[in-house]
Amino acid sequence: MIDYLFTEDQVMIRDLCREITDEKIRPVAAELDRTEEFPWDVLKVMADSDLFGLYIDEKYGGMGFGIMNLCIATEEFSKGCGGIAICYAASALGAYPIILYGSEEQKEKYLPDLAAGKKLAAFGITEPAAGSDASAMQTTAKKDGNHYILNGTKHFITNGGEAQVYTVVAMTDKSKGARGASVFIVDKDTPGFTFGKKEDKLGIRASATRELIFTDCKIPKENLIGREGQGFIVAMKTFDTSRPGIGAQAVGIAQGALDAALQYARERKQFGKSISSFQGIQFMLADMATQIEAARALVYASAREVDSGKKNVSMNSAMAKLYASDVAMKVTTDCVQIFGGYGYMKEYPAEKYMRDAKITQIYEGTNQVQRNIIALSLIKQKVRK
Amino acid sequence: MNVIICIKQVPDTTQVQIDPETNTLIREGVESIINPFDMYAIEEGVRIKEKFGGKATVLSMGPPQAEAALKEAISMGCDEAILVSDRAFAGSDTLATGYTLAKAIEKTGNFDIILCGKQASDGDTAQVGPGIATQLDIPQVTYVKKIEKIEEKSAVVERMTEEGYEIVQTSLPCLLTVVKEINEPRIPSLKGRMKAKKTIVTSWKAIDLDVEENRLGLTGSPTWVSKIFTPPARPQGEIFEGPADETTSKLVNLLKNHLS
Repeated sequence: MIDYLFTEDQVMIRDLCREITDEKIRPVAAELDRTEEFPWDVLKVMADSDLFGLYIDEKYGGMGFGIMNLCIATEEFSKGCGGIAICYAASALGAYPIILYGSEEQKEKYLPDLAAGKKLAAFGITEPAAGSDASAMQTTAKKDGNHYILNGTKHFITNGGEAQVYTVVAMTDKSKGARGASVFIVDKDTPGFTFGKKEDKLGIRASATRELIFTDCKIPKENLIGREGQGFIVAMKTFDTSRPGIGAQAVGIAQGALDAALQYARERKQFGKSISSFQGIQFMLADMATQIEAARALVYASAREVDSGKKNVSMNSAMAKLYASDVAMKVTTDCVQIFGGYGYMKEYPAEKYMRDAKITQIYEGTNQVQRNIIALSLIKQKVRK
Repeated sequence: MNVIICIKQVPDTTQVQIDPETNTLIREGVESIINPFDMYAIEEGVRIKEKFGGKATVLSMGPPQAEAALKEAISMGCDEAILVSDRAFAGSDTLATGYTLAKAIEKTGNFDIILCGKQASDGDTAQVGPGIATQLDIPQVTYVKKIEKIEEKSAVVERMTEEGYEIVQTSLPCLLTVVKEINEPRIPSLKGRMKAKKTIVTSWKAIDLDVEENRLGLTGSPTWVSKIFTPPARPQGEIFEGPADETTSKLVNLLKNHLS
């Protein structure tokens, strides 16, 4: 691995997360993948280790770091299990609208519990008929005196049903299209807020994905994040910030797969030799390692750029997510190939890495949407010059 | 409730090899760790402090590099760390070690419970804990697997025995040595690790303690080691194969002959 000149704190975070991964995540990863049991025990260890506070300001009980350190943690956890890692990272996604646009009162009310890991957060934007086209959103929020009344259904929501704090995008003025969306904080126990069934997924099966159903769900007007109509800006800025984290998840899954493939290639004997002595396998391993390193470099560079406070990071964070997730899919598929027939069997770790990798090309904006963002940014830059 | 935890830095036994010529440990290049049994003592000490308030102090006698072990204990939640380190302590056997640590504990002043691991993974004597209690003239309970109750002046603990366990009530202050069944040591948190990095370990030399010089180090150690050897491996048993009635009578005859 290239020396990315981690600070002392970053080395400490990496070592701590590696310890948690080896001692608490790896031993349960295959079992939770099978049973789909939510990893509360592991999340408790992460909470006790102060890791939910990494990206939250010290003022609210966090550690005051940023996305780069969140990426270090997510990458390490993902080496052991992409599903458990996303339960952790999705809470950051749910918290970021509050961190970025929340009022002082909202921050004081919600961030300390999230930083302590006492509560999990989740972000809700996707709907059955509004995926990549978020402007087709049907969920509405109608102002009613000191309250908003929410109606509609969000689906494919990571941490849905498990999280206690939800940041939800809803239309406050449908006639304005994208400019009519707003983001709200909804507490789990709010009357009128229920959950649909838990989705049965290809990968990241330790994580929970559910529908959020709002039926005349009444929330105080203080729970509006930012201003009415600011919803898409809040959502886009949240994704710009969180995308390097998905890149880090992808890099971690890919690295976990490479480590497993390398170990297997050295142990597996065919034609009287370890298969790692064959050039065909060696070239695959070399390509996998090179692609992972390139992805990691891009993820870290974009995470550091987000932390630098630079205003427009959309293109670079989209590149990090796009490239790292494509690498993860490629590397994990090659990992299965190196394992051969064993790679196809659930008894071995290879196929799980491949199943877990796939989602990174899809969520937080499909890779096609990432390409849209990148291309539009390129064109905009050209026009400005 | 003030707790003192005594720990020892030992070579990581998972990496240790024995020199076949001298039958001693090859220490070169082997990482040092906190004696695994002491990890349970640290965890229990921190839990007592978290539950009852007060202070958890971690104490070790050893070379300067033992500071790393003490800092790790700080990262797990101990409040203070003391290293007792001096050339005068070199060559201490369990008696001299117990004496020196007891003197250091006396110097810290106010304590309610002293915790030790049941034994160290390198020496395996299990004598230092009891030695400290004897020096301090306080009650001791060894092989503790559970602390049931702690009150102002007494504690009730479960003590492991070969057949099961005993429930023992003791007055405080007391010394407990603990077994691995007592808890699961925590992974040090990020804040704990950061605190440990900044912590300055208090260092005491012989001159800082109220000790009699002739009871320290090699001079104060009546134990001498005549020979160190690996115990012979247990020979393989005999397996009788065949129909049950034949093998049974064979076995009975063999036992009879053996007894007569």
